[in-house]
Amino acid sequence: MSAVSVVSAVEVRDLRVELGGAPILDGVDLTVAPGEWVTVIGPNGAGKSTLLRAIGGLVTGIGSICLLGTPAAKLRRRDRARMVATVTQSPVVPPGMAVVDYVLLGRTPYIPPLGRESDADLAAVREVLDRLDLSGFADRELATLSGGERQRVFLARALAQGATVLLLDEPTSALDIGHQQEVLELVDQLRHDHGLTVLATMHDLSIAGEYADRMVLLADGRVAAAGHPREVLTEQLLARYYRARVRVVDGEHGPLVVPVRAAGTRVRSAPS
Amino acid sequence: MIEARPGPPAAARAAVGEPRGTRRRPLRPAWLAAGVVAVVVAALAGLAFGPVGLPPGSVAAELLNLIPGVRIDSGLTEREIAILTQLRLPRVVLALLVGGMLALAGGCYQGVFRNPLADPHLLGVAAGAGLGVTAMITLGVGGGAGSGDVTTGLPLTIPLAAFVGALGAVVLTYLLGAAGGRDRTPATLILAGVAVSAFLAAGETYLLQRNADSIREVYAWLLGRLATAGWHDVLLVLPYAAVTAVVVLLHRRELDVLSVGDAEATSLGLHPRRSRYLLIAAASLGTAAAVSATGLIGFVGIIVPHTVRLLVGASYRAILPLSMLFGGAFLALTDLAARTVAAPAEIPIGVVTAFFGAPFFVLVLRTAKRVVL
Ligand SMILES: Nc1ncnc2c1ncn2[C@@H]1O[C@H](COP(=O)(O)OP(=O)(O)OP(=O)(O)O)[C@@H](O)[C@H]1O
Ligand SMILES: [Mg+2]
Repeated sequence: MSAVSVVSAVEVRDLRVELGGAPILDGVDLTVAPGEWVTVIGPNGAGKSTLLRAIGGLVTGIGSICLLGTPAAKLRRRDRARMVATVTQSPVVPPGMAVVDYVLLGRTPYIPPLGRESDADLAAVREVLDRLDLSGFADRELATLSGGERQRVFLARALAQGATVLLLDEPTSALDIGHQQEVLELVDQLRHDHGLTVLATMHDLSIAGEYADRMVLLADGRVAAAGHPREVLTEQLLARYYRARVRVVDGEHGPLVVPVRAAGTRVRSAPS
Repeated sequence: MIEARPGPPAAARAAVGEPRGTRRRPLRPAWLAAGVVAVVVAALAGLAFGPVGLPPGSVAAELLNLIPGVRIDSGLTEREIAILTQLRLPRVVLALLVGGMLALAGGCYQGVFRNPLADPHLLGVAAGAGLGVTAMITLGVGGGAGSGDVTTGLPLTIPLAAFVGALGAVVLTYLLGAAGGRDRTPATLILAGVAVSAFLAAGETYLLQRNADSIREVYAWLLGRLATAGWHDVLLVLPYAAVTAVVVLLHRRELDVLSVGDAEATSLGLHPRRSRYLLIAAASLGTAAAVSATGLIGFVGIIVPHTVRLLVGASYRAILPLSMLFGGAFLALTDLAARTVAAPAEIPIGVVTAFFGAPFFVLVLRTAKRVVL
């Protein structure tokens, strides 16, 4: 590495977020290098979505968040929107809106407040639709697409935003196992082709471990563990923080987490 | 559907000679032209028909004569010209303005609240404007109780009083509706609007009870004043209508962005709350101007935007301008029906709009399943 300090894509220091009077995140540190894929895991309610929302500027907290070296608090919303694109956990599907119009919304940070899309915006959207194999759906109503197709459209909107940092909150939770792999491969491909940085949350730990460069285990609003998937996906940590009984086996691309049932808990079916 | 045929991808289609930049125009010029034609036809019909029939051709000729420097012989007598320019024209123009404002405000509220049932009336905004005007007349703030004769025109401050009342009402309705918490449906906000309307109506009754001497004056206004409309009323409404139209139409793209929800609108670089407040204020100003000129006319804000939405799709960039045009045409025609169906008697115009609007509302209610706000 050169002597020039590499600016992190995302740098969170000692972040504390309170919602409704209760601390949701406390003392969270997180660094994502440019081009890196970091996945945040943790049990329900751990604060994963809140962390992503704080980085995306949707909730405010105490502490520092820097995006590509700039303190997020100093960024105007439009400028932040050009750096960071978010796909939320369950995006709103506006009734009646066509796919191409939805993806065009991603160009909002480039359109003057009272203006309309330029040809460049339209071209950018066409390119993204082509890239994600969505051209055939362009005029379809978003609400009529299947879950997997929708997820690609949400991704398309985020890509149309032209941001280098993608925040993906459970991008695959609505998908079957094949489509999960398809979407994640796509994200990974885009990351390589366009030099994107990915910060995601996921619940499927095996898949999460296969795609992430690094993982962060969040529990009760604090970072419980961070590092290479092999360091985070351990039977002890998962037992402790998820209260889950799992076996972790070595896979080709990372540890595979297999849930196992405790011996003797199976209820015998009553004799009829 | 022709649109969905597996044709060349978008890039190829663009190369096949569609003029650049025109492909994704949410508001097609053909629809805009249709809206303008609707306004012209409705206006001509409203001017031509009545107790004294005037040939539409002559009406058109006289209208052109209003342009300085034009002089066409329309074949109308002095008296007919007076009927046209002093009685019918201001009435039709006012109907166009008021209909346009109510429909625009309805479409705007539907976008801002992301609620298909939102309408100036159902949100209680009209009632608030009404109370504002009543308070002004009875308390004599702007002109003295009983001294200002509404049939000769309203004091300029009336629309402002209506605006204050309208804003108060919409805020009240929103707060009450938000108290529904997570289980809110589109109907929750409307129930809140009904409650607020009832509350404001009670306030209005109280004011009238306490100020019996101005009851006649207020009722003349409440029952809809399109029948007595003069140029004075048009001039009164026009500036407020212009401000509303400009503000709302300039922000129509933001309404499209707001339709993905506040969180995502924020991450797209918008200030959703700021946009929302501005648009609510603008729509309420338009409603207030309409109400202060013509009293309470319901359902325009729900019938028109929804019909337009069915025709042109979900983008507010198309819905809002077209709602304004078709809303104006709709009210001009409704007014024509109101004064000819039972001629020589006039049916109050609000009765006619309610007659069409109530069944329409049921239709919308049946299709509005979920709320996102
Ligand atoms: N606006 C809010 N007001 C109060 N509490 C909130 C708010 N938003 C979230 N919380 C609480 O914060 C905690 C963390 O929520 P968050 O959505 O970040 O969890 P998560 O890790 O994403 O969970 P999941 O895996 O279920 O998506 C939860 O206990 C939640 O109830
Ligand atoms: Mg979450």
